[in-house]
Amino acid sequence: MAGVAGDSGGGNAFDAKSMSAFKSGLNRIYTFYTGGFLAFVIVLAILEQMGLSRSWIGFVFLLATIGLYAGIGIMSRTTDASEYYVAGRRVPALYNGMATGADWMSAASFIGMAGTLYLTGYGGLAFIMGWTGGYCLVALFLAPYLRKFGQFTIPDFLGARYEGNLPRTLGILAAILCSFTYVVAQIYGVGLITTRLTGVQFEIGIFLGLAGILVCSFLGGMRAVTWTQVAQYIILIVAYMIPVVWLSVKQTSVPIPQVVYGFQLEKVTEKEKALREDPKEKEVVAIFKAQADALGEKLKDVKGSLEKDRADASKKLEDLKAANAPAEQIAAAEKALSAVPKDEAEAKTAWTKAKAAAEARAKPLAGMPAHAQIYAGDPNGDQKAKDTYDTSRRNFLALIFCLMVGTAALPHILMRYYTTPSVREARASVGWSLFFIFLLYFTAPALAVLVKYEVFHVLVGTPFDKLPAWIANWSKVDPALLSVVDVNKDGILQLGEMRIGGDIVVLATPEIAGLPYVISGLVAAGGLAAALSTADGLLLTIANALSHDLYYKMIDPNASTGRRVAISKALLLVVALAAAYVAAQKPADILFLVSAAFSFAAAAFFPALVLGVFWKRANKWGASLGMIAGLGVTFYYMVTTQPWLRGIFGVTSPIELWWGIQPISAGVFGVPLGFAVIIIVSLLTAAPGRDVQELVEHVRYPNLKGDTLNTQIN
Amino acid sequence: MQLNESHERYWQKNLNITAMLLAIWFVVTFVVAYFARELSFTFFGWPFSFWMGAQGALAIYVVIIVYYAMYMGRLDEEHGVAEEMED
Repeated sequence: MAGVAGDSGGGNAFDAKSMSAFKSGLNRIYTFYTGGFLAFVIVLAILEQMGLSRSWIGFVFLLATIGLYAGIGIMSRTTDASEYYVAGRRVPALYNGMATGADWMSAASFIGMAGTLYLTGYGGLAFIMGWTGGYCLVALFLAPYLRKFGQFTIPDFLGARYEGNLPRTLGILAAILCSFTYVVAQIYGVGLITTRLTGVQFEIGIFLGLAGILVCSFLGGMRAVTWTQVAQYIILIVAYMIPVVWLSVKQTSVPIPQVVYGFQLEKVTEKEKALREDPKEKEVVAIFKAQADALGEKLKDVKGSLEKDRADASKKLEDLKAANAPAEQIAAAEKALSAVPKDEAEAKTAWTKAKAAAEARAKPLAGMPAHAQIYAGDPNGDQKAKDTYDTSRRNFLALIFCLMVGTAALPHILMRYYTTPSVREARASVGWSLFFIFLLYFTAPALAVLVKYEVFHVLVGTPFDKLPAWIANWSKVDPALLSVVDVNKDGILQLGEMRIGGDIVVLATPEIAGLPYVISGLVAAGGLAAALSTADGLLLTIANALSHDLYYKMIDPNASTGRRVAISKALLLVVALAAAYVAAQKPADILFLVSAAFSFAAAAFFPALVLGVFWKRANKWGASLGMIAGLGVTFYYMVTTQPWLRGIFGVTSPIELWWGIQPISAGVFGVPLGFAVIIIVSLLTAAPGRDVQELVEHVRYPNLKGDTLNTQIN
Repeated sequence: MQLNESHERYWQKNLNITAMLLAIWFVVTFVVAYFARELSFTFFGWPFSFWMGAQGALAIYVVIIVYYAMYMGRLDEEHGVAEEMED
């Protein structure tokens, strides 16, 4: 790692020759590293054959990978501001691309996405397109210009372009709002994976993971985070590919799943038709329907039903006791009695929830839409089917829009393009970023289809006593992730009898494919790498917003470099602990929060940043009010329509959706409003001064001869 | 700093290419998705719009970005605004 840790003497005074030596050093290091990592996995696989236990494999993976990240962190430690904030601005395009890929792909991408695709089919492709197409906006509108501007943070740009502390402060607030919600979700993911990998308690898992995050970003800032993220990208992409390729070979004997899964999709679609008509599946659906109806009846008279339930349960217990029944039967009856809701309110909540759950399963294909079906409803059907179709399509498009614009506005991603040596490299770097992200994103839909094929063709129809071992193993971990119950008591598994959570699909694929446990450990390590790398980037963004933008730029502009970096490190620690504390509470709707971060970022930053480069007339008041309006309407819409937020803010008015748009896509209102307000208010107020015009010209040209302005900080 | 005519042309060309690539991005993403139901003919096993959402659009995004980087690199040199490596 000498080439990485070797000090450049600060700043970016490097020449072409030393840059190419630096690059070839990096190539050598990371080639060795990849080879070493593969050798490590092979050695573990051999040890497994010789009898190394599963929990030991889990521990070895956890300690080895976190130890590795810590090692890179320690070797890259720095107190130089330019190194700490932007890795000395000498990260070559390719490596910045890999680091951005790891920064970008979070636990949600790695673990959750294939599961979402498994459960929702075409509808899930909104995430695939949204989380990749946003990079076109980054490349065309932001990355090269921000690189030319060349400071440390996104609020830096807002402050300089819009002349003052108000836009900067709004930028700080928005950056913290979206990054903090996002980092909580990552730390939660870290806790979950650590727990699965080693069996330690969830809270301990969180703090173990936190140690891995901190040792890296705390010591070396952006410099350590960058080189760690490159290492993490390599682990996560290897871990994602191996099981999918294996599954593809098993099913089709072709090792390139992305090419052949179209034909598997055809077979899945045929099987879906057969399953819809299968009498046993219909039987299961009818049983869930009857359960839902019975609960509906009980809900009509909560008080009466509750009394009856309680009387029945105590009578059964007494009967059993009287008959001197075996102890376990009595214990079961006691448990049943104590499970009866205590009061009417509790009964109402519990039964409504149970009814919704039963209704969800009282549908063909266990409630999943046909995998290749595009949008719900029918454009040629009756009015209701038409409306369903239109709303479903509108929401799909709105979600893509929010995810794309949000991608192009998340500060922890944009910040990465400050670290390249030049504008030219920044442009190329966006291409590399998307290429590395693309590798995983065009594999995820293949994984979803292959797993579905396996479930439909191998699992469904298997007798319950012959189910593979991984089903029992995973339902023991958490019944919410996977549960199978013989609902119609025919001894055979129907699709409707299996409930599967999205998060299990990727984690269980190695076992579904029949791979040794070491690959399961590898996949978990990959998920950990994805979550840790994103958390690193986010924590750095928050700490920098507070230390650089708030403290240095606004409170104490005379602070020395050493002091600024020290403050940033201290804040990093505080923010990390706060995020870990929040994550340990297991906040209810964490997936929603992550998606909300995209809408917030889109509405707050995108209009102000883009107009700042492309429209010289945009001014301070336009930008400030535009950010407030965009963020405000997005926040308002979410608070009034999203059930969890409604609960927190005590909103009781009836839910009114605008054009049927789901709360997750609230940014679709915020972004256009932000643009409109910036334009209108800017035109109504005075044009920005001459120096702002010069700044805009300065960022538009990579190198302007005779340009005396120099915004870059070394 | 006074911009000369070559600078103005550079920026105009940049705006043109940006608009053109953005239009391609828009068609590939939103127009294809809007007409997804109509475009679901079979394409190597996939319904075409499914394939576009899962692979085709993504590949086109990569091409858009790489093309832009190359085009702008050339434009920088033609108009004398390319960066020089310090030495």
